Amino acid sequence: MSDILQIIDADGSKTGDAPDLDNQTLIQMFTAIVRTRAFDSRCMNLQRTGKIGFSVPNRGVEATSVGAAAALDTSKDWFAPHYRDFGMLFYNDVPPEAMFDNMFGNNDDSAVGRQMPVHFSFTEPLKWLSISSPLGTQIPQAVGISLASKKRGEDAVALTTFGDGSTSTLGFHSGMNFAGVMKAPTIFLCQNNQWAISCPGHKQTASESYAIKGEAYGVPGVKVDGNDVLAVYTAMTEAVAKARAGEGPTLIEAITFRLGGHSTSDDPTKYVPAEELEAAEANEPLKRFRAYLINEGVLTDESADAIEEQAAAEMLAGARAAEAKGRPVLGTIFTDVWQDQPAHLTQQMEYCIKHYSERDEAVDENGEFPL
Amino acid sequence: MSELTMVQAVNDGLKTIMAADESVLVLGEDVGPKGGVFLATENLTAEFGEERCFDTPLSEDGIIGVGIGLAMNGMKPVCEIQFQDFIFPAFDQIVSEAAKMRYRSGGQYTVPMTIRTPYGGGIRGGLYHSQSGEAYFAHTAGLKVVIPSTPYDAKGLLISSIQDPDPVLFMEPKALYRAFREEVPEGMYTVDLSTVREVTQGGDCVVFCYGAMVPVATEAAERIKESRNKDVRVIDLRTLMPLDEESILQAVKDCGRAVVVHEAPRFCGYGAEISAMIAENVIEHVEAPIKRVTGFDTPFPNTLENYYMPDARRVLDAIEEVLDF
Repeated sequence: MSDILQIIDADGSKTGDAPDLDNQTLIQMFTAIVRTRAFDSRCMNLQRTGKIGFSVPNRGVEATSVGAAAALDTSKDWFAPHYRDFGMLFYNDVPPEAMFDNMFGNNDDSAVGRQMPVHFSFTEPLKWLSISSPLGTQIPQAVGISLASKKRGEDAVALTTFGDGSTSTLGFHSGMNFAGVMKAPTIFLCQNNQWAISCPGHKQTASESYAIKGEAYGVPGVKVDGNDVLAVYTAMTEAVAKARAGEGPTLIEAITFRLGGHSTSDDPTKYVPAEELEAAEANEPLKRFRAYLINEGVLTDESADAIEEQAAAEMLAGARAAEAKGRPVLGTIFTDVWQDQPAHLTQQMEYCIKHYSERDEAVDENGEFPL
Repeated sequence: MSELTMVQAVNDGLKTIMAADESVLVLGEDVGPKGGVFLATENLTAEFGEERCFDTPLSEDGIIGVGIGLAMNGMKPVCEIQFQDFIFPAFDQIVSEAAKMRYRSGGQYTVPMTIRTPYGGGIRGGLYHSQSGEAYFAHTAGLKVVIPSTPYDAKGLLISSIQDPDPVLFMEPKALYRAFREEVPEGMYTVDLSTVREVTQGGDCVVFCYGAMVPVATEAAERIKESRNKDVRVIDLRTLMPLDEESILQAVKDCGRAVVVHEAPRFCGYGAEISAMIAENVIEHVEAPIKRVTGFDTPFPNTLENYYMPDARRVLDAIEEVLDF
């Protein structure tokens, strides 16, 4: 259990067998990491200037998200994610604007402005299950999703992701247990970023690792350097192949570090020791992958810089476009509760629109916001 | 047509819909070869195979969480929670997840899942095999709550629930599982959700009830007919959410006096909602206080359960009180 799979070390030197990936894929991975960081930084600006209410920093964990996403086939596989995996969306070319639509909760947001920021939901270009705030609930759901595919004789898998804290939830236990018993084609990816808000690993579990928890459920557990995108990709690829072949689930613990706060409302300097943060910064995933790609001749300093500059420009453009859009119309409070709207909700909707169109000059008699 | 008990009608409903729709799956504790602790799922595994009706580990959270996943990926799962008293580990999955999935994803993901669970007293089950938790769930936007009181309705409402595009909590009054038989048609038929059933006709007082309280209220109506020649309209609500508000208010307008009966505790119980609905909308038609006959605001007792649950005498007292007001 003590082996931690690593292919690229903190300096960008190769320490293991690199997977056979073409340059285009390697650049797609790098670009996704870069875009995630640029998105993060744009969100921080938006939050600090009061334009959005909240965000969840992804700085430090990007390689785990991107390496995992690269191992899946989005034409059939499912994502049942937690909220700190933006890299999976960028790897799959979700337009920044669509993500900012959610950050602003505007009238193009796929969640119709009903959820807090970072609670993305997509069916295209990937089956990305609507994110929940209660932790661990997506874990047994992923098992059910993958069992449905298996029952139809398909070879699709479901990936569920969660943080180290979520290994203490009911959902982790029931999901792992069901998947073990039913040999579900589910991949459990634990993003061990060391902190559950302010709770460090040694207060979360007395187990020697998170990966070892799989053993008790009959689910193989593996540990991987979560700051090494190629190591995560390699571990995921093996787990996906096993799941597709009917050999059941795998638990992957990706060891990384949350370099930012839990959220924009959190001040991690209160509890993350400064020396620990400094060490983690030296180990962060973007710098090492960039160095690796330059070493390997896939990128040059100039081409890497160009990708970073382009990502920053894309994020700015996406944020501006989303910011310019209006709010969802008032009536959307009352839709999508059920497929068909029952009488009491129609009554409440009519009351709400009438009430505010008479009193609030921002609302017209159709429940829209014309101003 | 054959004479079936309610639990047999549930079983027949499951067989009927499973034969008609391959995406319907049954999962839960002991639902497989054993056929469920009440035999509601008897022979389903034998008839449809282990892929369609399967036992799960002992984890309500897992049953519902996995059920939600199955439902989002093209299946129509029917999850059994062995006793409604054991549903609370799954409360998060039901309330935070199943009920909100359509809303929070703007309709991208939906959960066409039915949760069957026996509820209520009358079997000497004590604290943890007797509770009536419908109000917790009816309070949650996005959940439908259905409670049958007859074998015919149990089959028809169950099939409607399974065909419904949204999550349905289907609560089965276990006290009525084998209480009586009635003619239940073979094959497919449905009873529409969100419709009430008029059990007895009458214009002197209306009694709203559901589940195991329907025969109790009906007995009270028969007794008041004998003793005072008053005609009481007993209405079986059948679907608690979303409910048939129009029929409820019309019945109050017709009768002018109303009683609400349930075995769940009184405080914040479902009867409070019916009572408030009447008071808010048709108070000018009401000629007496709206009375509630309910369980007490205590945990559910064992030895003395017959004194906890409303009986015909308690319902009769309430009817007399409103008639004499």
